[in-house]
Amino acid sequence: MTSDTPSLRVQGLRVAYDDRIVIDGLDLNIPPGQITAVVGPNACGKSTLLRTVARLLTPQSGGVFLDGQSIHQLPTRQVAQRLGILPQSPIAPEGMTVSDLVSRGRAPHQTWWRQWSTSDEGAVRNALAATEMTDLADRRVDELSGGQRQRAWIAMAVAQGTPVLLLDEPTTYLDLAHQIDVLDLVVDLNRDEGRTVVMVLHDLPQACRYADHLIAMKAGRIVASGRPSEVITEELVDTVFGVRCRVSPDPVSGTPMVIPISRHHQGVS
Amino acid sequence: MSLPVTIRLARPAVSVRVRPRVALVGLVLLVLAFLLLCLGMTIGEVPMGLSDVLSGLFGVGDTGNGYIVQELRLPRALTGLLAGLAFGASGAVFQTITRNPLASPDMIGINAGAATAVVAGLAFGFGDGLGSTSLGLLGGLASGLIVYVLAWRRGTSGYRILLVGIGISAMCTSLTDYLLSKAQITEAQASMGWLVGNLANRGWDNVVPLFAAFVVLFPLVLGLSRWMSTLQLGDEVAAGLGTPVQPVRLGLLLAGAGLVAFATASAGPIAFVALTAPQIAQRLARLSSPPVVASALGGAVLVLGSDIVARVITPTGLPVGIVTGALGAPVLLWLLVRANRSGSGG
Repeated sequence: MTSDTPSLRVQGLRVAYDDRIVIDGLDLNIPPGQITAVVGPNACGKSTLLRTVARLLTPQSGGVFLDGQSIHQLPTRQVAQRLGILPQSPIAPEGMTVSDLVSRGRAPHQTWWRQWSTSDEGAVRNALAATEMTDLADRRVDELSGGQRQRAWIAMAVAQGTPVLLLDEPTTYLDLAHQIDVLDLVVDLNRDEGRTVVMVLHDLPQACRYADHLIAMKAGRIVASGRPSEVITEELVDTVFGVRCRVSPDPVSGTPMVIPISRHHQGVS
Repeated sequence: MSLPVTIRLARPAVSVRVRPRVALVGLVLLVLAFLLLCLGMTIGEVPMGLSDVLSGLFGVGDTGNGYIVQELRLPRALTGLLAGLAFGASGAVFQTITRNPLASPDMIGINAGAATAVVAGLAFGFGDGLGSTSLGLLGGLASGLIVYVLAWRRGTSGYRILLVGIGISAMCTSLTDYLLSKAQITEAQASMGWLVGNLANRGWDNVVPLFAAFVVLFPLVLGLSRWMSTLQLGDEVAAGLGTPVQPVRLGLLLAGAGLVAFATASAGPIAFVALTAPQIAQRLARLSSPPVVASALGGAVLVLGSDIVARVITPTGLPVGIVTGALGAPVLLWLLVRANRSGSGG
């Protein structure tokens, strides 16, 4: 998969809901084969950006280019063979099993005369194995724990077999152990299969830890982007989140760790 | 859950996936529908056995029986069969695209729209037959389109379709009541007989338009149903999987509304078939969404069976809609209670 990792580029993007402009004139290059995390305060347009890149939203002007072709003009099925998106907190129909859900990730590769090829079967088997869901394949999705459910959905996106994978807040509503679980899985998908991953994350230290490339957004614009250790400074966190903080190296991963300063906790020195 | 079985050829690279349980449910319902179709034709003023009906059908034996079967009983039976198929299929479509088992066409105003148009026709004297068929079609499609347009807000969501549909349904029902209160007593009576869903005195002029609509619209629904398995996961997931969400939804909505409108025009707005048949088929087949073909056959079994019950319990014959309502209401209540328990009742 590494050899044909497509390039993903955003140019002059302008997105609006009715009259309210959310993103205006945004340019962006997603580094292929890396994990990119998009961070920023609530309503900064990070989720809107991801959904526009995934062609779930249509921009007013500008475009998203997958290997140089406009994603909003390509046949949607062709896009789905190269780019997968897992929206925020999807809900499976009552009674659907994990294997049934994961199988539906193969939809963009299927036709009337090819409903279930050997590659469909292999992709689903690998996706279940990669997400450690093989043993739960026959369980109902609505009976799983939050973390298992999220892994089932990620397995569906993995089964889609796209070199580019977009994840909208994949750790929302998960407890700490499951958050780490899901993010470690994302790294596996990137390292083992060379997939390009772009994800929106809420937690800044987690984004620093797991992303190769960080994009900080505020009010529909990119304020800074680059390696987390280069991007995250005390000034930037103040600019983007309006929070004064100290930045020190994470004792476990060495990546920047953001420690906020609040009214009641001004620091010891 | 019913597990799929794959049939695969290496060259040409063809593979087909079948769920044996779904196929079995479909087959059983098909046989049942055929048996009920024949059994229904034995009932009437002239008592007949199954053999009389069959020989009458193929024009052998008694010519009197042949006339009764071919001109009086077959049209009634076929109207019931086709209306049941149409209601069942469109119920499966609406419940899937809205991801809500309550969003059947009889709940979201399609039946009510068709009913209003037909009652207006009867009240203003446009007459019966082809006139009310086209009125029913126009009314059903118009209310379907209005629901779609009013539910549109940067695309349509299943929940908005259901809520807007309930509103449209209520408006159409009050309009129908108003027309009935203004109509002459004879017209009102004719309308009432039709409004509960009735298969009495159906002729070939009821069968032909419904058959033509079914032959066109049912394959269209089947063609679009491939996308229903992704739409079931929600609009955004479906779009991410390469489903052209809005065109597919509009196509399914119009085809579903068309089926219901034609069926309503021919047989009246037979209650609860579109709501219950897909749910019953889904549970029999042990799936997470209603299967289209089995739902259609389930609808046919429900309508044909109810029509037999209706004629057996009273000598004059109740309108079929009263029986399907009596059977369907408990099923609806059961569904609601069940949805509340599992927390998805909304």
